[in-house]
Parts: sequence; C-alpha cells; structure tokens
Amino acid sequence: MGLIVAEDITKDYQAGEVTLRALNRVTFEIEPASFVSFVGPSGSGKTTLLNLIGCLDKPTEGTLKVADTDVLSLNRKQSASFRGENIGFIFQDFNLIPVLTVYENIEYPLLMVQNIPSREREERVMKLLGAVDMLEQKNKYPDQISGGQKQRVAVARALVTNPRLVLADEPTANLDSKTAYMIIELMKKMRDEFETTFIFSTHDQKIVGEAEIIYTLEDGELKDRQVKGGANG
Amino acid sequence: MGNLFKIAIRNLLRYRRRTLLTASLVAIGVIFVLIFVATSGSFKNMIISQITDSMLGHIQIHRKGYVASIDNLPLTLNMKPQAVAKVEKVISEIPGIDTYSPRIKFGGGFSNFTETTNIRLNGVYPDKEMRTVPLLVSRIIEGEKIIKKGEVVIPELLARGMKVKVGDMVVIIATNKDGSVNGKQLRVGGILESATGPGGRDGYLHIEDAMEILRMDEMEISEVAIRLHNFGNLKSIYTKLNSALSTEINKQGKPTFEIHTWEGLSPFYNIARMIDVMTFFIKLMLIAIVLVSIMNVMIMAVYERIREIGTIAAIGTMPGKILSMFLIEGFSLGIFGAAIGTLFGLIIIFILNLVKITFNFGMQTGLVLSPTIKVPDIFLTALIVIIVATLGSLQPAFKASRMKPIEALRHV
Repeated sequence: MGLIVAEDITKDYQAGEVTLRALNRVTFEIEPASFVSFVGPSGSGKTTLLNLIGCLDKPTEGTLKVADTDVLSLNRKQSASFRGENIGFIFQDFNLIPVLTVYENIEYPLLMVQNIPSREREERVMKLLGAVDMLEQKNKYPDQISGGQKQRVAVARALVTNPRLVLADEPTANLDSKTAYMIIELMKKMRDEFETTFIFSTHDQKIVGEAEIIYTLEDGELKDRQVKGGANG
Repeated sequence: MGNLFKIAIRNLLRYRRRTLLTASLVAIGVIFVLIFVATSGSFKNMIISQITDSMLGHIQIHRKGYVASIDNLPLTLNMKPQAVAKVEKVISEIPGIDTYSPRIKFGGGFSNFTETTNIRLNGVYPDKEMRTVPLLVSRIIEGEKIIKKGEVVIPELLARGMKVKVGDMVVIIATNKDGSVNGKQLRVGGILESATGPGGRDGYLHIEDAMEILRMDEMEISEVAIRLHNFGNLKSIYTKLNSALSTEINKQGKPTFEIHTWEGLSPFYNIARMIDVMTFFIKLMLIAIVLVSIMNVMIMAVYERIREIGTIAAIGTMPGKILSMFLIEGFSLGIFGAAIGTLFGLIIIFILNLVKITFNFGMQTGLVLSPTIKVPDIFLTALIVIIVATLGSLQPAFKASRMKPIEALRHV
C-alpha cells in the first residue's frame, strides 16, 4: 500500500459564477521514502495538488489516503492534528516566524504542536541544526540569515517532528541555482537519513532532474510519470 | 503557556512604536481614572467625615415621624425615658458602636437684652456629644472648647448678627410642648464655626439647661446620635439596630422608632451618589478607550500576520492555541498599559498630596484635598483594563484561529 493513494481527484474553484477546474481526475500512488517531483507550468495544478495531499484543502471529488488515513473524512481539528503528526511543510517564501530564532523556529512544531519534553526537543533540534549545517546560526533571527540558510532552517523545521511526508511547494523558487541545488541535495540527504517521503513541486527544469519520480501536470491533468532510471508510467 | 507569552511579548516588541502608543493610551486612561477616583473619593470622604463628625454622627435614632417634621423640631415627638432606655439597651448590646449622644433639640428665641432672634439648639451631655461628633470641638472658634452648664455655645453668624461675644449674658426663650413659654439666662461660652448640612448652624447647651428651659419633668430625647468604631460597618450596624428596634410597636401598632444613617439625613448624600455615578461613567470611558485601542491594534496585528497564521496553522498548530496567542498578546498589552498607568497615576496622586490643593465647601473654607486611593480600587482599575484588553483581542484572535491555512498562506 502506498503512502499516498489518490484516485480520481478533482478540484473545482468557484470564481463568481464561473467554475474553474484546477485538477481533473488525477490518480497516482506514492511509495514511502520516495523523492517525488510534480512539474508543470504555472496554473497546471501543482500547488493545488500539494495542498490536497497536505490536508490544507479538500478535493471536490475523488478519494485520497495519506498514511492509511482517509484525509477527506477529517474535520478541521483532526486535519491540524494529522498535519502536525505526519506532514512537514517547506514553503517557497520560507515562512519562518520572524520573532523566533533559528533554534526556536525548528523547535516550534515540537513545542507548540507535539508537546515534546524539553530534553528530547533539544536533542532533536540540535541534531537537525547539525544536519542542515546551521548550528552556528542557531541564535540568529530569520532577518539575520540568507535565503538559502532560511530554507535550510525550513527543511529542519519540516523534519523535526519525524513526519512521514514532507511537502515542498517550489522550495527553490526564491534561491539562486547553486543554493537551489544545495537545498535539493539536503532534502535528498534527509530522505536517505530519515526515510521521509519528499514531494516537491517546481517548474525549474534543472531541479526537476534531481527527483527520482517525476509527475507532469498540465491543465490540471496528470500527463506523465517518469521514474529516474526506469520506464515512463 | 510560558512560550505563548514569549511569542506574544516578542510580537509586541516587534512593533515597538505601535505597542508603546497603544499602551500609552491605555495608561492615560488608567491615570485619569485613578486621579479621579482618588480626588473625588477623598473629597467625598472628607465631606462625609465633616458632616458626620461635626454634627450628625453616623446613625441617628428618632421617634417615628420625627424626621418628617425635623424642620419644626417638634417636642411632641420626643422619646420618653422608657423608649430612650430601650434604645440605650439595644445600643449597648450591639458591638461596633463606639459611643452615642442623646440630644434634646428645640427652637427658641435668643435675646441679647436689646434684640431677639431665632435660634435652634441642641441640649447635650457635653462629654458624650464630643465623643460622638469629635470635630465639634474644632468648630468652637472662640471660648473654651467645652459646653458647660449655664452656658450656651452659639453659631458664629448669630454672634456676629446679634453683636455678642464670649462671656456676654443672653436669654434663651422657648415654648415647651404644652405651650408655655420659659426663658433662662445663660452665658455665651463659645462661638461655633458654621458647617454645611443639617444642624450646621445650631447652638449647643447642657442637656439639663435644656430640660429647665423646656420645663421637662423627665428627660425626653429628640434624637440619639451614634458613632461607630468603623464607618465601613455602617450598613451592617444599621441593619442590626433596625431589626432590634423594629420590634418595638406603639399603641397604634406602628413602629416606635425610626433609624437613619447619615445618608438619610444629609442632602450631601445625593452629591456623594452623583460622584459615584460620575466615577462609574469615567470607568466606562476607560473601558471604551481600552476596548477600542486594543481591538484596533489586534485587528492590525492579525491582518499583518495572516501568512504567519497560515504557516503555523499548516504545520499543525491547533486553532485554540492560535486563539490563545492573540489573546495573550492583548492581555500582555493590557498588563503593560495598566502597570504604566498605575505607576504614573500613583506618582501624580503623590504629587497632588505634596501640592496640598485647598477648596471650600459651603461654609467650610480651606479644606485640604488629600487624594488617596485604596489598594482594592487600584487593583480593580487594573483588573478592568486587563479583562477589557483581553476581551478586546477576542474577536481578532477568534478570526485568526478560524482562518483556513490555505487562504492565509495565499494572502499577499
């Protein structure tokens, strides 16, 4: 059984009297510890799909299971709890909390979402600070570090809860290409170390090549599935 | 909880100028309330103290119907010795009563042998009267500060009008309850400063002289003035007196006595109530200031941090925790404003005491205003501010907690 099983996912948005179809009968399955990319031009439905997988939104039609849970049946609080336990998020704009230091930003989900005891919190945060090479900046605030460093902190924050899945929406869009590769490499390294499934969206062709499984979206439909070193699906 | 406070404080410090402005606004409100409560409260207490300690006493007991006719000082409504004995017995049984003074009140004529005018007089036991209304002594501005037998202490205005001074002989003429007129020659023992309020322009003489002028065979008392150990127990002791004496029924089956606190006897009570009403409205204004300013700043805070709210909601922060974050921010702002306001308010009250502001009230001049504020009033004001600040942030906090993460994350 895959970590994510999506069947005939459709998502419509209402814009006044007009109904816009963002996703049209999308079906796929993603195995645990995969390194997956959704690619496609702007408006192809990448972000919409990631939002659905991340339990931030619900499809209009179809079924979606994440980590054996029918996420469509979850209410608001259950969704929040599910996200806190199972999913890490990496955002295009990093979305670090400006009033918290690097250390506190990584600690936040453990402290405010999972209520982990302080000793364990410290161990996990320090381990990830080391893994993303941010130990020396741990007491700095987000406005005191570079964009690449911010995204490394965001990666650490996404992984600190030991999630089964990390979703990254255009994680390299605001980074220069060198830093972008570094972040993708870091994500891969983290996948190898923690066996976490990484799914990221991008429209950067150079970055796409780093994914092991590539889904191509076009006009809300899944057009292609490529497995690196394997046959097209 | 500590971490929520840490985040709230840091968010407040993030917008220092706005936080400072809002806290200043709250603080100014607190300062005004504290100063108003302190000055109006001390004015009220001072006047109440002047009225009760120089004339009225804290509570008075009369025969039923006397107060309605008090302007006429009706001798026919005096209390008989048996009734007075009953009153004295009840007084002695109620703890909390410091002392009491029986009075014979009557109106009469005052003659300096060349002209005659009206006078209202109180026949009293000097020791009891001085203990019951201790400021009476300080009102005697000329002569010995005591009421002796064979002497009369007369109001200042009367002395001036009739051109009499301490040591002069005068005649007090009065009609007794049977209608016969009698007079007695008395020496002016003292001149009394007038005071505002009922009895403020009355003269005093010894109770035995009053009995003689009124040709009383037995002592019939017009009123019994009572002083309490603690003025704060006024209501409870009034209730006890009332329940103890209400059982006394006259031949017509009606209550024998009527009992009044100073509030029922002095028109100043209405002014005191007005002061309380004004204080209430000033507090309402404070609530409005705090509510509007905190709500405004918290709405701004939520609006500016929509993406942050989306982020923390996306990573699994429960709506209740997001609500708490913003409530604590408003709460902290309230505490900050209340603390600054209280500090500066107390400093200003201290300065006002150093400056010694004087005022006149009726016939009394040069009264020194000593603004004081009770600790419970300080805490109550601070508590109001903190509660209202928290309530003011409730709506924005609720809005933040109900935001859909996906919409909040899209916010630009």
